[in-house]
Formats: sequence, structure tokens, C-alpha cells
Amino acid sequence: MNRFFLPLTIFGIMVGFLAVGLTLNPREIPSPLVGKAAPQFSLPQLHDQDKVFSPEEMKGQVWLLNFWASWCSGCKTEHPVLMDLAKSGEVSIYGMDYKDQKDEALTWLKRWGNPYPIVAVDAAGRVGIDYGVYGVPETYVIDKQGVIRYKQIGPLDDETVAKKIIPLVKELQAK
Amino acid sequence: MRWLTLIVLLMPGLSLAGEARPLADDPVAEARLKHLAVELRCLVCQNQTLADSNAPLAEDLRREVRDMIARNMSDQEIIDFLVSRYGDFVLYRPPLKATTSLLWLGPFVLVVAGGVALVTALRRRSQKVAAVTMTEEEHRRVEQLLSQGVKRS
Repeated sequence: MNRFFLPLTIFGIMVGFLAVGLTLNPREIPSPLVGKAAPQFSLPQLHDQDKVFSPEEMKGQVWLLNFWASWCSGCKTEHPVLMDLAKSGEVSIYGMDYKDQKDEALTWLKRWGNPYPIVAVDAAGRVGIDYGVYGVPETYVIDKQGVIRYKQIGPLDDETVAKKIIPLVKELQAK
Repeated sequence: MRWLTLIVLLMPGLSLAGEARPLADDPVAEARLKHLAVELRCLVCQNQTLADSNAPLAEDLRREVRDMIARNMSDQEIIDFLVSRYGDFVLYRPPLKATTSLLWLGPFVLVVAGGVALVTALRRRSQKVAAVTMTEEEHRRVEQLLSQGVKRS
């Protein structure tokens, strides 16, 4: 009994570490931007190149900034979730067309529907770098003061929206 | 014949490889970029450095770093710029912090624990072997037995 106790304990600890390691997603890198002011930008709008969109305009509102692209398959997966969320009227979702072709982005939105009141165009991906985007889709929840409160890496799903996004948005709106 | 076609088709020489683009006109800036890029992780393909990766994001980040070099920013400023956006994860050498202490100290803890385990095991074993004094007669008998053993095998 005593002879096997120590090796078994060590084995148990290792299994524990590996089990936890298996449940972690290496793609989800915690963002240092959560809790910090959303980086400023001023970018042309997709539907009206002469107009610009800037987070400055959103002060006083809780809003979502969703980085997407017509070439991104995860964005297609996420799209119905965004449509539902936009329809529910809980929060407005602003789009950021990330490193995309303008006409392809417009066709994509026409074909699948447009959940965004405004889409800004980040053709070179510079604003994406300021926001620490490393793979679309990524979604930021930004509060009334313009501070990032949450970052979703990868597609949003119904469960995340219901359990995380909506409660957080309600809490931030009440402030 | 079919095999021959297959082999010809699979010959690497037939595939066209694009020439690597020259990175910049300034060799000093390029050397700095190289020096920095091997220290930085590409976030898309996480086991590659920024220098190795061909992911679009890595290209963009190299472009940003190149711009920052052109603007005469120091290495530390450039690294801070990336860390403030992507976190410590972009660094291949994580800084020593409370959250990374296990990572940094863990190997030493393991070495010390292994050393202690080894020393105690060896001590315990040496205690088991009791020192025995033998007479001349016993010595002869041992030698005899040993030589018999050799013969038998």
C-alpha cells in the first residue's frame, strides 16, 4: 500500500493537470484590452464611403462591435445569431468589415441579411491590430464610457448571447 | 506506366514556387525586424514566430513592426505596443510575473524534488546493505561458489 501510494498520487496529479489542459482552448487568449478604453478610429462606412464611423459617436450607449468578413466561414456560422440579437432590439451591433473586398462584403450582407446599423471598413486591418484581433469573428462589448467590457473570440452562439452578452449588456445599461 | 505518371506529377520541381519578396530597402531596419520577429509569436498559428509565419495577420504585424522601426521606435516600445494589444501571449519569452511563476519556477522545483527523492532513495538502500566482516574461511568459500557458478553457466 505504502509503496504504491506516492507514484499513484503523482499520477493522479498529472491526470488532473492533463484533464484541465484538455478543456482549455488554446485559441482563446485573454485580451489585455478588457477593462480598457476601446481604441479610437475613424473609418469610412461600407454603405456610404463618404461618411465615417467612430466609436466616439457611441458614447452614452452600450454597443457591440463585431469584426467580420465575407471570406470568413465562422462569420457565416455566427450570422443567424447576430440577426436574432439585432431583431430582439436588446443591443445594437456595429460591424467592422475586416480586410475584405467592398463589393463582396455588400453582396454577402444582401444575401444573408444585415444586422448592423452601420458597418465600418477596415481594409488594411490596422484597427483590427489596435483591438488585438487575430481571427474573425471577434466581438467586443463596449459600455457607455467607451470601455471594453467583454471580448468574444470566435463565433457567438445562442448560449453565449443568452448567458453572457445579454446579462452583461443589461447590467451595463442600468449603470 | 501509371506509376510513372504519378511520380512525374509528384515531382516537386514541377510545382512553381513564388520568389520571396525582398522585405525592405533598408538592411539595418530589416535586421531589426528579424531580430524582433523571432521573439514574437504569431497568434494565428501559435507555434510559429512572427518571422516564420505566412498567416495574413503575421504579415500585417510585420508591416506594423516595420513601420514602427521606420518611425525610430525602440525595441521595447514596439514590444509594449504589441503586448498592450495581444497580451503577454505574443512574447516567446514570458515575463516573470505572479501568474507565470509556476512556469518559471516549476522546472527548478521539479529538479529539487527529484534530487531529494534520489538522495533519500539512495540513503535508504545503503542502510539495507549491512556491513559484514568475513573470515578467511568464508572468503574462500565465496570464491569457490562464484567459480562454480561460472562453470555451470
